[in-house]
Amino acid sequence: MNRTKGDEEEYWNSSKFKAFTFDDEDDELSQLKESKRAVNSLRDFVDDDDDDDLERVSWSGEPVGSISWSIKETAGNSGSTHEGREQLKNRNSFSSYAQLPKPTSTYSLSSFFKGRTRPGSFQSLSDALSDAPAKSYAPELGRPKGEYRDYSNDWSPSDTVRRLRKGKVCSLERFRSLQDKLQLLEEAVSMHDGNVITAVLIFLKRTLSKEILFRELEVRQVALRHLIHFLKEIGDQKLLLDLFRFLDRTEELALSHYREHLNIQDPETRKEFLKTCIGLPFSAEDSAHIQDHYTLLERQIIIEANDRHLESAGQTEIFRKHPRKASILNMPLVTTLFYSCFYHYTEAEGTFSSPINLKKTFKIPDKQYVLTALAARAKLRAWHDVDALFTTKNWLGYTKKRAPIGFHRVVEILHKNSAPVQILQEYVNLVEDVDTKLNLATKFKCHEVVIDTCRDLKDRQQLLAYRSKVEKGSAEEEKIDAILCSSQIRWKN
Amino acid sequence: MAAHLSYGRVNLNVLREAVRRELREFLDKCAGSKAIVWDEYLTGPFGLIAQYSLLKEHEVEKMFTLKGSRLPAADVKNIIFFVRPRLELMDIIAENVLSEDRRGPARDFHILFVPRRSLLCEQRLKDLGVLGSFIHREEYSLDLIPFDGDLLSMESEGAFKECYLEGDQTSLYHAAKGLMTLQALYGTIPQIFGKGECARQVANMMIRMKREFTGSQNSIFPVFDNLLLLDRNVDLLTPLATQLTYEGLIDEIYGIQNSYVKLPPEKFAPKKQGDSGKDLPTEAKKLQLNSAEELYAEIRDKNFNAVGSVLSKKAKIISAAFEERHNAKTVGEIKQFVSQLPHMQAARGSLANHTSIAELIKDITTSEDFFDKLTVEQEFMSGIDTDKVNNYIEDCIAQKHPLIKVLRLVCLQSVCNSGLKQKVLDYYKREILQTYGYEHILTLHNLEKAGLLKPQMGGRNNYPTIRKTLRLWMDDVNEQNPTDISYVYSGYAPLSVRLAQLLSRPGWRSIEEVLRILPGPHFEERQPLPTGLQKKRQPGENRVTLIFFLGGVTFAEIAALRFLSQLEDGGTEYVIATTKLINGASWIEALMEKPF
Repeated sequence: MNRTKGDEEEYWNSSKFKAFTFDDEDDELSQLKESKRAVNSLRDFVDDDDDDDLERVSWSGEPVGSISWSIKETAGNSGSTHEGREQLKNRNSFSSYAQLPKPTSTYSLSSFFKGRTRPGSFQSLSDALSDAPAKSYAPELGRPKGEYRDYSNDWSPSDTVRRLRKGKVCSLERFRSLQDKLQLLEEAVSMHDGNVITAVLIFLKRTLSKEILFRELEVRQVALRHLIHFLKEIGDQKLLLDLFRFLDRTEELALSHYREHLNIQDPETRKEFLKTCIGLPFSAEDSAHIQDHYTLLERQIIIEANDRHLESAGQTEIFRKHPRKASILNMPLVTTLFYSCFYHYTEAEGTFSSPINLKKTFKIPDKQYVLTALAARAKLRAWHDVDALFTTKNWLGYTKKRAPIGFHRVVEILHKNSAPVQILQEYVNLVEDVDTKLNLATKFKCHEVVIDTCRDLKDRQQLLAYRSKVEKGSAEEEKIDAILCSSQIRWKN
Repeated sequence: MAAHLSYGRVNLNVLREAVRRELREFLDKCAGSKAIVWDEYLTGPFGLIAQYSLLKEHEVEKMFTLKGSRLPAADVKNIIFFVRPRLELMDIIAENVLSEDRRGPARDFHILFVPRRSLLCEQRLKDLGVLGSFIHREEYSLDLIPFDGDLLSMESEGAFKECYLEGDQTSLYHAAKGLMTLQALYGTIPQIFGKGECARQVANMMIRMKREFTGSQNSIFPVFDNLLLLDRNVDLLTPLATQLTYEGLIDEIYGIQNSYVKLPPEKFAPKKQGDSGKDLPTEAKKLQLNSAEELYAEIRDKNFNAVGSVLSKKAKIISAAFEERHNAKTVGEIKQFVSQLPHMQAARGSLANHTSIAELIKDITTSEDFFDKLTVEQEFMSGIDTDKVNNYIEDCIAQKHPLIKVLRLVCLQSVCNSGLKQKVLDYYKREILQTYGYEHILTLHNLEKAGLLKPQMGGRNNYPTIRKTLRLWMDDVNEQNPTDISYVYSGYAPLSVRLAQLLSRPGWRSIEEVLRILPGPHFEERQPLPTGLQKKRQPGENRVTLIFFLGGVTFAEIAALRFLSQLEDGGTEYVIATTKLINGASWIEALMEKPF
């Protein structure tokens, strides 16, 4: 999209991006307040008992008599919980529900599927299960009676599938030839009933050799997808991998293998498992990530062992002052980097736990690194480190402050870690964009910066306005007054 | 109890009664006293169709949550397990049954599978040696559950993943069965429209099932004129955006489950003079949200910015009504006033609750971060800067905002750019993996497979064409008195609903080109009706369209459809069905890879 400068301005000023308007916020808020007030004033008037005409509701909101409420309630009798007793106090007796009007409807769902529409003659679900007269409405109409019997041995594949769909147990063992079995499968697939498809697949899986099963499913995509889902569900990882290998679906094979690591709790075993994932046919991008995953866990195991030892020895100041809250095992990379910036900041690059080493090994971008290091050092209130993080020396030996993440972000992170005003002020001053600087300074109460900036902008009005925000009789107020009186400044307003 | 289900154009209480009846029939089959052991997930959906009283009438004396080891003691003849057909639940049931056998009196075990029996599960029970212990093993086809007068859901969490990731059509089969049930109750739907691969499948299944049940002619006068089947993957964009209607925001922030929401209790503490500060409730406040509540029905679908004024107007009306008591002089007048009191108190309670909720939401929508996020979303949706790394997303990652939030934004960008440039995609991926953990590679692959996060193919971005043709971005939005569905996202008109709108007028022929860009086939089928059942519409009478979202629908989309239903000259009223009520967060979460 080509947007000119003009477009851009129009875009920011046009109403559409303010569509979710907050400018009438006060108005809105006052409306809410108003209704709140009204509601509250009404409370005084009417006695505050429960609204009798409303459905009774226990405090947690479960209507008394609802199913989830009753589970607690009836289960409560055998091992009553405190909660149960609480609710007991304000419930209605069940008797009041006992005289619910009997339903007038005579519809029953299952009966519709047996092709009946006359009310009154409905039978229940049992029709579907017993071979009762209702069967005569079924599609098999007109076939010899014997065919409905459970012990009948010569149903066609389509009859069998139909029976399976109705939930009747019937043996599939009679289908011996491959052709019969495949016809059975095709019949099931054409019914779209996943339940039946799976049942047939279980049968095929048991009675066909792997090679034949795979070969036949390869040309039957719907059934194939059901098999894959089914194998995932029952956790038959081995057959699933074999299948992917056979189908030459290499990436799925790799991902499916990799997925297993989620179920391995022990870190050593998990690490060894991840090792087996390296070199699997992932995409180039993913390969690198998998390799990193392995390397990271390997590192974490080393660091964890080391630090646990240090911590329990009680000799290291940092661990004494800031005991670890959790193990570093299986934490994401950025968390690990934070951890290492927190506990191992000054270590030489050669150690596994040093931040610089992590940065190099995992090619962590500058931005990411600085953000994380800043957060960690600010949390420790190590302002020197913070300072060093942004100080660069040029070849003449002059120092200069630079932040790859922008100083506005630095300020925010410092503020989040409750940095003192002097420190904040220093970084607010480094923010290049004047408006942003002024905003941040106001937000974080860096009075000096606000005052100086207003002076530099020759913005008398804003300075005047700000005067009301500083404490009466404070040094800031004096400074503002001095500037306002100064004849040196040519105010723009 | 469920009167609100009959407020709409189609009386969904008929469906509710039908499923209740089937439940009774099953319970009566197990004669004698009973205990039900619940798969906890099911209690929510069941709560929408039955209360404990119904079960109690049928001799259910105890209810437990399904847990490992042995069952709690209960002096009953029957133990019935109400469960979804899931393997891990079978293991627990087997544990229960096996430990039970060793103790005293024999009892009858039964299983009720919801919504379907599963041969796979029964196989598992057989393998565990307990299948023979069950007298009744049945299914309860609770496919579509009525949520409101115009809303049905299957509440099938895994449906989107199964359909679009695994290629497993089981949930489509259930959808088709649910539609057959609806047709049995409300008549054959004469016209079926659809867009998407799954929509096509469901239509095929319906046609096939109809052929199989030809034993009878459906003699019910059709209530629905059309059915529109829509694949969620035709419109991947909409759920990713933050919903800005009142109900949508409640769902985004607190999550609505089976029409209940849990809220932080502080704002709801009863304020009585004298004991302030004491016993502040610590348990979340749970509220039911549906159209049975007059005030909620009025504000749920409004843009949140229009809610405050309604609440304050209501407050004035109620205050005035209570003031009336001063004017009541005669006994008759006082009596009159008193008779109105209950209704007024209910209205007051409702107003108090929603004022508190609105305050809670306001705190969030006025935050700087919410505004920044919204700005980025709206930039993407209007087609600005979708092809480069976004600063805000970068910041979110750097500050380790919740992963789901990050994924939602990255996916939104990808969808609004018909895929990301390889370089941009690789950058995001690396940042995400390094910050949140390498194992999320699996989740990223799932998102790619679902089409949510992918590299751009052939360097072509189709989104601008789609956006312009379907007018997905509207510059002039009126949030207070909307004139277009785009108010639900303060500018973005949900694609899915736009498709429905254009189908009803002027018809899809006008947008053939865009339909070809969107994934999957579009089609139309007719189900012939006997002449006696053919409808002669009165002039000015609206058509009723059942719109079925395969893979989930958001509250904002529902609001947009209700808006269309209420248009003076809209011509179409909608009843909405779906596999699951979703929002961007719950949707992405369902696609994330977790340990087995």
